[in-house]
Amino acid sequence: MSTIWFMIVAVMVAIYVLLDGFDLGAGAVHLFVAKTNEERRTVIRAIGPVWDGNEVWLLAAGGTLYFAFPLLYASSFSGFYLPLMMVLWLLMLRAIGIEFRTHIQERVWQGFFDTIFGISSILLAIFFGAALGNVVRGVPLNADGYFFEPLWTNWRVGAQNGILDWYTVLCGVVALVTLVVHGSLYLANKTEAELNRRVRNVASFLWPVQVLLTIFSLIATVYVVPHVLENYSKWPVGYLVPAVVIGSLAYLYFAHSRRNERGAFLASCTYIVGMLVGAAFALYPNVLPASTGPEFSLTIHNTAAGAHGLAVGFVWWTLGMLLALGYFTFVYRMFRGKVRLDQGSEHGY
Amino acid sequence: MNSALLIHRLHFAFTVTFHYLFPQLTMGLAPLIVILKTIGLKTGDDRYDKAARFWAKIFGINFVIGVVTGIPMEFQFGTNWSHFSRFAGGVIGQTLAMEGCFAFFLESTFLGLFLYGEKRLSKGLHWFSALMVFLGSWMSGYFIVATDAWMQHPVGYVHDATGSVQLSSFWQLVLNPWAWWQYAHNMSGALITGAFAMAAVGAFYLLSEKHTEQGKIFVRVGVIAALFVSVFQVVPTGDAQGRMIARNQPVTLAAMEALWETRPGAPLVILGQPNVDTKSIDNPIVVPKMLSFLTWRSWSAEVKGLDSVPKQDWPDTIPLLYYAYHIMVGLGTIFIAITAVAVFLLWRGQLYQARWMLWILLLSFPFPYIANTAGWMTAELGRQPWLVYGLLRTVDGYSKMVSAANGWFSFLGFAGMYTVLGILFLFLVRREIEHGPEPTLTPHLRQRMEEAFLVAEVR
Repeated sequence: MSTIWFMIVAVMVAIYVLLDGFDLGAGAVHLFVAKTNEERRTVIRAIGPVWDGNEVWLLAAGGTLYFAFPLLYASSFSGFYLPLMMVLWLLMLRAIGIEFRTHIQERVWQGFFDTIFGISSILLAIFFGAALGNVVRGVPLNADGYFFEPLWTNWRVGAQNGILDWYTVLCGVVALVTLVVHGSLYLANKTEAELNRRVRNVASFLWPVQVLLTIFSLIATVYVVPHVLENYSKWPVGYLVPAVVIGSLAYLYFAHSRRNERGAFLASCTYIVGMLVGAAFALYPNVLPASTGPEFSLTIHNTAAGAHGLAVGFVWWTLGMLLALGYFTFVYRMFRGKVRLDQGSEHGY
Repeated sequence: MNSALLIHRLHFAFTVTFHYLFPQLTMGLAPLIVILKTIGLKTGDDRYDKAARFWAKIFGINFVIGVVTGIPMEFQFGTNWSHFSRFAGGVIGQTLAMEGCFAFFLESTFLGLFLYGEKRLSKGLHWFSALMVFLGSWMSGYFIVATDAWMQHPVGYVHDATGSVQLSSFWQLVLNPWAWWQYAHNMSGALITGAFAMAAVGAFYLLSEKHTEQGKIFVRVGVIAALFVSVFQVVPTGDAQGRMIARNQPVTLAAMEALWETRPGAPLVILGQPNVDTKSIDNPIVVPKMLSFLTWRSWSAEVKGLDSVPKQDWPDTIPLLYYAYHIMVGLGTIFIAITAVAVFLLWRGQLYQARWMLWILLLSFPFPYIANTAGWMTAELGRQPWLVYGLLRTVDGYSKMVSAANGWFSFLGFAGMYTVLGILFLFLVRREIEHGPEPTLTPHLRQRMEEAFLVAEVR
């Protein structure tokens, strides 16, 4: 049962990254590609109806993590105290950046909120990548299953870990580039004309960077935590995951150069899911490895909630997700297609 | 109190108090908006649709701040109260995760449709999305209240080998009898806030002779709803909750009432400042034997005082608890008086001309916020020194790995952030009230509304 919940939490996190990932990517890129007020409005409208629902996946994933693995939640949230507080502040800034810009028709007011929206999106993408890097790298857990990390120490991967070291910063950069590409491809689906051309250019320019960073980060991961390959040699089927990652990157390029906007975006989705599944596969059955020695690692076994609770939860969780899927399908269908600011109701938002 | 415990308590108290200023209005307004939409749908009267549209805007601004200040609440269970989460996550993780899976998805989806989709949904579907927003926000409230109710009155759990608690009965947790009364009391408190806010804006329009047609609707719907829920707040919900506390947490009741000694025929203290050192009350005004009657329905019944338990089990901030409780009760009584007079004037057909009453309605809108906050302080301070009543002390629940300095760092960050949010909120709501429910559509304003509500066509 705890293995099922491990997969469920991993899937929910992946859905969050896919969905809110394009909001963050769009936010990160919009300061640079959307020059006029009309273009900014188009970007906001492309994500406006959905970003809040997308962010709910973070809450739902967090809630599910709390419910299924209470000790993991307790340990990781208190150990990552400082970056999480900053993530909270950035999430607030991002939200008001999107929602409050539109209330006043004034250059300075709107410029201010655009900047807030852009900067908070960029930082959130980096923070989320660094967080994943911390989980893969491991943290200095003590015998009680707790730890605390300062923001940084000496930037090296070693006994005195900080949240940020060269490896986790690398992960943050990978996440930023990935989400910028992801967001640009989403915007390509939603925009036309000059703005469409510019976001497509961003994706074309960043694709080689993304490929290089992917390769580099995989090598770095194997160097920093050699045992990530253990599960892959144990269950060789796992090698399908890197194959999918490479395939999706190749298809992304292919589809993008043929102006297949939908195909390129789906390839980016596949890439993100592949990277996350690859990480989860390497971690299992650990959920938070200890840099202080494997005997301190938090695993699905020593952090899971009681069996009765997990079984009951499976019933209502399934029901809740079916409902959520229904809502999401409905909303995305309602607001499908390109954003056109001044044309009638069949296209606009 | 050690400094880390102090800052973690302050951290949660501050962020949750600020947060709850917004959901109490959205939960209170949601059913009122449904009422307005229903009248509009049934009668085809356009004024009610406009009224609903105006309140939807206020609702939308509130909702955004409610969401952004709500996310930190879920996080803080892990960041600042990790020992508590480890202890109780096997049980309350259920209700918190259900809130995400059932309430948040529902609410966020239909809010988008409700705020932005009026032009593309049929009238019936738009009404339905308002109803779903109402349902989502009220479900969310239930899951949170059920979580708190479990901390007040733990049920449906077993201890596991590590000493943590695990769920043993889902239905006992979800149908906790404590939760029912607490929920009813809490939601009617939110409705008081919503109804008073509606009446206050209406009174403002009538007093300033702008949007008077809409103003009359707001005042009428507001005061009728407010009278109804203000009474419901005291009887049966407040009364039942008080007696539930007397049965299950007698020392909490004793501290709320500053009853130092167990005695038959206990008096009810209306006013006076409790002195914990001398175990007395300064300049008291009391009603003899009233507490015994209210609690046990008998003038001579014995009510347990603070002396019935050792001092280490007393709530640790008795004066604050006492004041919070008395402010809540005092304001609740005033609400009934104000709304009873207002409804009487409405019935006599004099309310819209009675400027003195409109002034009272306008000026009274902050007090439901104070009463709701005081009510939650009563519940949470009254539970002390327990975090989970009888099972886990507050001193054992906070994050031992997070130093007081890190706690202060983020507390100050939140204080700054919330100051900015609060100012933005007041500024934006004031603008909406100024524009009112029937703005004249200049081209500029038309564009602004398109921007703000992202509707493709505003005519």
